[in-house]
Amino acid sequence: MPEPKGWKELPIGGIIDSPGSARDLETGAWRARRPIVDKDKCTSCLQCWMFCPDMAVVVQADKMRGFDLYHCKGCGICAKICPADAIAMVAEAEAGTEGEGG
Amino acid sequence: MSDFRALDGNQAVAEAMRQINPDVVAAYPITPQTEAVQVFSQFVADGEVDTEFVTVESEHSAMSACVGAGAAGARVMTCTSSAGLALMWEITYIAASMRLPMVMMVANRALSGPINIHCDHADSMGTRDNGWIQIYSENPQEAYDNMIQAVRIAEHADVTLPVMVMQDGFITSHSVERVEVFDDAAVSGFVGPYAANFQLLGASRPLTFGALDFYDYYFEHKRQQVEAFSHATEAVLEVAADFNCRFGRDYGLFQAYRLDDAEVAVVVLSSTAGTAKVVVDDLRAQGIRAGLLKPRVFRPFPAAEIVRALSHVKAIAVMDRSTSFGSMMGAGPLFLETAAAFHVLGRAPQIPMVGYVFGLGGRDISPPDLEGVYHDLLAVADSGDVGDPVRYLGVRG
Amino acid sequence: MVTQTETPTRLTLRELAKKPDRLTSGHRMCPGCAAPLVVKQVLMAIDEPVVVVCATGCLEVATTIFPQTAWNVPFIHNAFENAAATASGVEAAYRSLVRQGKIEDDNTRIVVFGGDGSSYDIGLQSLSGAMERGHRLLYVCYDNNAYMNTGIQRSSATPVGANTTTSPVGKVQAGKKGARKDLTAIMAAHGIPYVAQASPHNWRDLMQKVRKATAIDGPSFINVLASCNRGWRHDPADTIEIQRLGVDSCLWPLYEVEDGVYRVTYRPKVKVPVSDYLASQGRFGHLLQPANQYIIEALQADVDRRWERLLRMAGEV
Repeated sequence: MPEPKGWKELPIGGIIDSPGSARDLETGAWRARRPIVDKDKCTSCLQCWMFCPDMAVVVQADKMRGFDLYHCKGCGICAKICPADAIAMVAEAEAGTEGEGG
Repeated sequence: MSDFRALDGNQAVAEAMRQINPDVVAAYPITPQTEAVQVFSQFVADGEVDTEFVTVESEHSAMSACVGAGAAGARVMTCTSSAGLALMWEITYIAASMRLPMVMMVANRALSGPINIHCDHADSMGTRDNGWIQIYSENPQEAYDNMIQAVRIAEHADVTLPVMVMQDGFITSHSVERVEVFDDAAVSGFVGPYAANFQLLGASRPLTFGALDFYDYYFEHKRQQVEAFSHATEAVLEVAADFNCRFGRDYGLFQAYRLDDAEVAVVVLSSTAGTAKVVVDDLRAQGIRAGLLKPRVFRPFPAAEIVRALSHVKAIAVMDRSTSFGSMMGAGPLFLETAAAFHVLGRAPQIPMVGYVFGLGGRDISPPDLEGVYHDLLAVADSGDVGDPVRYLGVRG
Repeated sequence: MVTQTETPTRLTLRELAKKPDRLTSGHRMCPGCAAPLVVKQVLMAIDEPVVVVCATGCLEVATTIFPQTAWNVPFIHNAFENAAATASGVEAAYRSLVRQGKIEDDNTRIVVFGGDGSSYDIGLQSLSGAMERGHRLLYVCYDNNAYMNTGIQRSSATPVGANTTTSPVGKVQAGKKGARKDLTAIMAAHGIPYVAQASPHNWRDLMQKVRKATAIDGPSFINVLASCNRGWRHDPADTIEIQRLGVDSCLWPLYEVEDGVYRVTYRPKVKVPVSDYLASQGRFGHLLQPANQYIIEALQADVDRRWERLLRMAGEV
């Protein structure tokens, strides 16, 4: 994190002029359980994408590509609602590098 | 070309608003301000303004809608009084901290309870620390002139703060006087077009207004507001100079009336200063060197300028049309500010100073009352003994 | 006047997934919170530009911690009780500036988000005023049944019997006393063009309602059930299932009132007992004790009565 700006440098009025800048924040650090998708079972129905409160399901070219672990908080909604039972929640301490770079 | 018309203070303000032609007005009726928005409503109904008029269900919503409209990028105005201003209180802070340069007329009225619809300054004085520039008007002409100047002051690039323009409820708001109304084009030329610094609508990228600050940023944002006030004095003078140049009436931070060679001086706001001028003239005719200082701008408080203007007198009375419960000896805010200014900026020995609280809830203040104040001051100047430093004038024992 | 984008994005997951996020990752809402889901679905349903107005609450504090914002659209938070009045000002400014040619008319939609505290309670007057005045805006209440941001205090949206920090279960009290306020009915009574109830587990229903609401040149209100797993006390993973139970038990019927005409938009095939919904959440745990059975029975009777009334109003019985 850079040094916070002083009053002479900040824009007035308390406005934030960097839309979507919360993406810089690593909410994935909160996670206790990590979602792991079994790509053989996944049908890319995208239910997990719709019900992710953290916009942390990566979809490219209509396909579910994995999870944005920088932001995923590990709530487990995706695993619970997956109609193909393709997502497992694994304790973060035991997950190793699985699912990273998804 | 200007026109001279018989207008009361509310009508004069409505006329100024018509000429300013704000993008949005959100207002709610409250005595004695009601007439101002009522008259303005007719301008809206007749298509004489481009204004979108939001007839809100409370003053809280009036100020809230003004904040929404101001942040959206609109030039915004409203009017209120008394309990209405009190109900807006929370949001007046937000308007100021969001740095929204709106203008609000306040027809000064006592605060409940007991409920009272008449003039005192408890309402606006209660909001003196909320981050608004405060300008007080003596009569309908000043209310009109101040509304027009307030737009420029609020929107001044070095300021960007909301401005309250006060006039005395009923005494000024409902008194018909001869008011010089300028040409519409001259007024719109003076205020100019509005371009917001930041806006929700039509911005090149989406902005977030009203974010949450923790202890790591809140202080910096407050410091910026303090800085804006440090530029406001200069902006008030700059706008006043241009106003004088275009319209031929001279305004400053305060009005000094027969003060240059005065021995004793009264400091008082708004319509009472008009009465005091008559008293000063009478006393001068009797050979008494009486003078008057009528602050126009209370926020930012022109401390150094006031100290300078009064430094030669032998005794000062500061008269407040409101009190500050539990303050030092029950003194009013104008006295406390002035006394502090002399303590910090004045030179020794201190000039004797007396505070008077008067006129609460519309209690009349007459020329003999003010004469009495000047005679009190003469005695203080003579003896060097202030006696009771804070006095309540016109209240039954 | 009804204006709508010529070819709106089809409400399929594949099409919707191509849209950029208007609320981004990195917000600090709790894991499994339903509120960001509500925002995501509401804003995704709208193809036009939006301005978001937000009341004080979890959603606001967790998405706009200076100097970062999770909003990719123009956003304003003013205070707790005045989101609708603030939006009224934004809308008035939009009308005024467009009429004067100072900004372009780009069909900007004004969407307000407030929780139940700011909508049912402290902001009810502001909401009522904005609806009555006829501003073109959509007000979305995300109803999580209590003041969650301050720590789960009861609101007038809290169901009877719920254990909150100001309606605790004690020796002589079994949670919140009395029924919840029916804000959707209050909004319908304003006679505004569009009022609805929705739930994010049924995303297509919710998004269709948002589309209808924002196509109207006038005020609209959608009340959305939004679980708070901290306050309701359930596993965050169960959010969607619990929302479904709320709807399938008819405790939170999905319906709309369009120009005064009621329509039930989803009718459960099997009406789930209210006790199933209650049993899914820790806040109702004490109600399952035999001594409190009467509260469940009364609640079931109340839900049945309201559901029957809704069906009658919708002409479905």
